[in-house]
Amino acid sequence: MANMFAFAETRGGELRKTALECVTAARQLADASGGGEVHALLVGASGIAAKAEQLAQHGADVVIVVEHAGFAQYNPEATATVAAERLKGGAYRAAVFSASAQGRDLAPRIAAKLGVGLVSDATSVAMEGDALVAQHPMNTGKLIATLTLTGSPAMVALRPGAIAPAAKPGAGRVEQAPPVGDPSAARVVVTELRVGNTSRIDLGEARVIVSGGRGLKAAENFKLVEELADAFGNAAVGATRAVTDDGWRPHTDQIGQTGRVVSPDLYVAVGISGAIQHLAGMRTSKTIVAINKDKDAPIFKIADYGIVGDVFDVVPALTAAVREARKAQ
Amino acid sequence: MKIAVCIKRVPVMEVRFAVGKDGASVDETGLKYDINDFDLWAIEAGLQLKEKAGTGEVTVISLGPDAAQEQIRKAISMGADRGVLLKADRIPADGFAIAQALAAELKDGGYDVILFGKISIDSANQIVGPMVAELLDLPCVTAISKLEIANGRGTAHRALEGAVEVVEFPLPAVITVDEGLNKERLPSLKGIMAAKKKPLDVKPAQLPELRVTVSRMALPPDRGAGRIVGEGSAAVPELVRLLQTEAKVL
Repeated sequence: MANMFAFAETRGGELRKTALECVTAARQLADASGGGEVHALLVGASGIAAKAEQLAQHGADVVIVVEHAGFAQYNPEATATVAAERLKGGAYRAAVFSASAQGRDLAPRIAAKLGVGLVSDATSVAMEGDALVAQHPMNTGKLIATLTLTGSPAMVALRPGAIAPAAKPGAGRVEQAPPVGDPSAARVVVTELRVGNTSRIDLGEARVIVSGGRGLKAAENFKLVEELADAFGNAAVGATRAVTDDGWRPHTDQIGQTGRVVSPDLYVAVGISGAIQHLAGMRTSKTIVAINKDKDAPIFKIADYGIVGDVFDVVPALTAAVREARKAQ
Repeated sequence: MKIAVCIKRVPVMEVRFAVGKDGASVDETGLKYDINDFDLWAIEAGLQLKEKAGTGEVTVISLGPDAAQEQIRKAISMGADRGVLLKADRIPADGFAIAQALAAELKDGGYDVILFGKISIDSANQIVGPMVAELLDLPCVTAISKLEIANGRGTAHRALEGAVEVVEFPLPAVITVDEGLNKERLPSLKGIMAAKKKPLDVKPAQLPELRVTVSRMALPPDRGAGRIVGEGSAAVPELVRLLQTEAKVL
């Protein structure tokens, strides 16, 4: 029986989906250890406590709420200090973070403060006896390392989307705690959050991603990808590095070795040949569909379903068919 | 301005990797190596900061095997002033151990800026930079795609999922570099000639006991042979049927 810690990521006063993923993973670890408690840390400006309920619904036994005006934006130094203090005093066996942009910034700071090991971008995590064991894709996903962490707490940052949030309603005791020191006195300060196109769900949270490559021939043809994404409902739009380098899409849309790494339920690759650079970012998707005119394109080797054909012929037909299929439901 | 850039020797990825004989390592037979992509952009950022300041020194530091001198020389031929190799037969899987060895070397260097690539493309942990910052008690900004430094303060942009954070921080600081900040320069012939005469210190890496070890290395599960559903838009109805009934994603 061991207690587990989960960090609940927020942005702009709202929980991120990854917060629920982390609580779910910590719940699974606690249950596997014979039923320890899950403590979730929720840090934010005044009022963030309202989000504790959602964490309790996913299996947090205790939600530690730290409210301060200095947490209105992500505050890396003060958040790391609060989390490290809590982890020092809590006798947690494992601490679960997300390998999101925020989690990748935060978790290593905390691990270094505590002097413990950290595995980032884990696709699964489990206890094996006294050790925490995590799987972690390496070398652009061409190898999977199984890593063993000794010491307590063992820290892990989970790949977003690798574990689906699971409801596990409980009472979820809320515990208000003060910040450690003055969060407003941090050296590193986020002065502004520029939110991009908010009409579409983020790549990391989408269950369906439609991505486009050079096969679309020109920036304006990306509307075919956008329309297919719309047909699926709440889908995100991604792109290859070739496309973002050419400025057809912003760099933040890039999926691949030097861009985002995603694991949606469905990944639709439109006019993408399947360079290693790109496969590194999407090969752990659950179902992969590829549409490409070159039957020898490497993307077909990892696609579950492929259509060989002109994207300008196939994609509009698929968009119409998906729209029909969803209307019929 | 005194700048340190920490770089890593990584395998070139365009190969089929194999598992080493011990079942817990990468088979290094026939692999080619280069500087990690993100570290090239960190080197370029360091060179630009020195050029803009008009004075200073860029030190390139790498933890790795003896052969990593090749990557340090390449960085010097791009324009860095000197190199340090923290020699370790194997680069450990424990990022915190690497951070401790690097921090020990950086601690008394008097650096204004310590640069890292955001992530190494082989071990893909993205943790060493901020860990070094904590160990040295320095401000740290990670994964930046825009940087301005003036009067001892920095402003950077870092990309999040669907948003950009604008971050301000004082120097000295640790900065990790994302794609998009710059395009790295190529080594010039003059740089390559000059690199031979510039100092490259080699010393043993002070690695602590490891907290993270590789217990198994494996190839990813086979996705199974991809299935070509058909050709052209005529194949669309069958694809939609499969997505509904087999994959159950529609």
